[in-house]
Amino acid sequence: MAQERMQGKASAWEQAQVNESEALGAIKGSRDAGVDDLLDEIDGLLETNAEQFVKGYVQKGGQ
Amino acid sequence: MITRVIGLETEYGLAYDAGSTRPQTTEEVARRLFAPVVEWGRSTNVFLLNGSRLYLDVGSHPEVATAECVDPLELLEQDRAGVLTLARLVSAAEDSLRAEGLEGRIHLFRNNVDSAGNSFGCHENYLIPRRLEYRRLTEQLLPFLVTRQLLSGAGHVAKTEQGPRLVLSQRAEHMWEGVSASSTRSRPMINTRDEPHADAERFRRLHVIVGDTNMAEGSTLLKTVSTSLVLSLLETARVMPSWAIANPVKALREVSRDADGATLITLEDGRTVTALQLQEYFLSAASAHAEAEGVAGGLVGEVLALWGRTLDAWRGGDLDSVKSTLDFAAKRELLTRYAERHGVRLDDPRVARLELAYHDVAPGAGLREGLEARGLLRRFTDAERVDAAQETPPSGTRAQIRSRFLAAARAAGVEHQVDWLHLKLTQDPGRTVLLPDPFATSDAAAQALIDELLG
Repeated sequence: MAQERMQGKASAWEQAQVNESEALGAIKGSRDAGVDDLLDEIDGLLETNAEQFVKGYVQKGGQ
Repeated sequence: MITRVIGLETEYGLAYDAGSTRPQTTEEVARRLFAPVVEWGRSTNVFLLNGSRLYLDVGSHPEVATAECVDPLELLEQDRAGVLTLARLVSAAEDSLRAEGLEGRIHLFRNNVDSAGNSFGCHENYLIPRRLEYRRLTEQLLPFLVTRQLLSGAGHVAKTEQGPRLVLSQRAEHMWEGVSASSTRSRPMINTRDEPHADAERFRRLHVIVGDTNMAEGSTLLKTVSTSLVLSLLETARVMPSWAIANPVKALREVSRDADGATLITLEDGRTVTALQLQEYFLSAASAHAEAEGVAGGLVGEVLALWGRTLDAWRGGDLDSVKSTLDFAAKRELLTRYAERHGVRLDDPRVARLELAYHDVAPGAGLREGLEARGLLRRFTDAERVDAAQETPPSGTRAQIRSRFLAAARAAGVEHQVDWLHLKLTQDPGRTVLLPDPFATSDAAAQALIDELLG
């Protein structure tokens, strides 16, 4: 039993580490998906007259 | 929290995308935007029921100055309520455009630069005691402000000779002095103009104009609370190590351009430190001070933890842990992801358009709500409270009195004028009420006036 525990199974601590990094990976994955989703949504907007729009933004005054 | 009155003044950039119909000048759009305000307030410079000031500044900048806040979360609510108020004006102005057959869209940016290189600001106001040695205080604060962009820089794509690069601050390239009295010509980081808007014998107003305008509520929270804590620390007048920077403006720009916390800063005494080391000093000193004052729990504790996490992120060269909280990291993720997906460089006009969308607060045009709804950006405020804050003043300050007076005068239909210090009935100027204490939430003379109006 002791042998099996030492060789075969990860300790609770190691297991916790694995779970945490899986969780972080999942968060990162879903974050990327979220960013892509948002970018998909505004893709059309960015393709339309982006240069003209940016150049047209001129303010006078201000501090 | 060490009680301090804080207020934010934000200048908004205005743009009109005419579509296929007749173009409008910025001045025309600004006039249309403020038409409902002029109708009820007879001016483009009014105070609202939440105690804030809404006005049209030089150059057709809509501007909102929040009421005096003592609670940092209420400051976030008031700041965001200002956005809602302006967004509703945009909707109304677009309706009036439609009524004239015009199809354009109005855009309103919370940022600090336009395409021509003009800069405008988000000014922070912190109430400080008059008894302090102002010169010493501002000199000691400057090294903190120079490096504070590691916490609250809005991020920006700058064009350099080596190509486009992501820098920390939109504002850094537009600062020309450390501490001075001018505001537009030779823009300083701290403006020394002495307008306390309060009892000048007791108070002074520290006017910080070096900060970027933030979209992420986490950035605004970290910016204002960390600055307030550092001020509290400096106010103790305890002997502190000198971090006076030899050339603050040069350092400010280099920290922004390097955007990695590792910038070497030369001090007046010849030593060199990194930007990160300066921030580490201020964090540890501010934390110790908060502990000693017994205020290191609650929101302050949360902000101190965020401050620490942010510096850890810079030290480790990995900003993942703050990208759902702070502008610089969130925006960098968005811009680089877009550029990667489309195989374009950061100086592509579409990336610049995306950067503007990040700062746009016109209804349906900006990204903040989409980022928050997807859990990509943490929202600290409650939407219902922000909505209510459009007409509800923050707690614990004279904004409460101003609000009650405005409500009463309007209900009575009586002509009146207010500013930060005064409440006045136009027909009865002899009874003008002065509110010299920003912490007062009631005033006998004001109440008498209000009671009469409500009569």
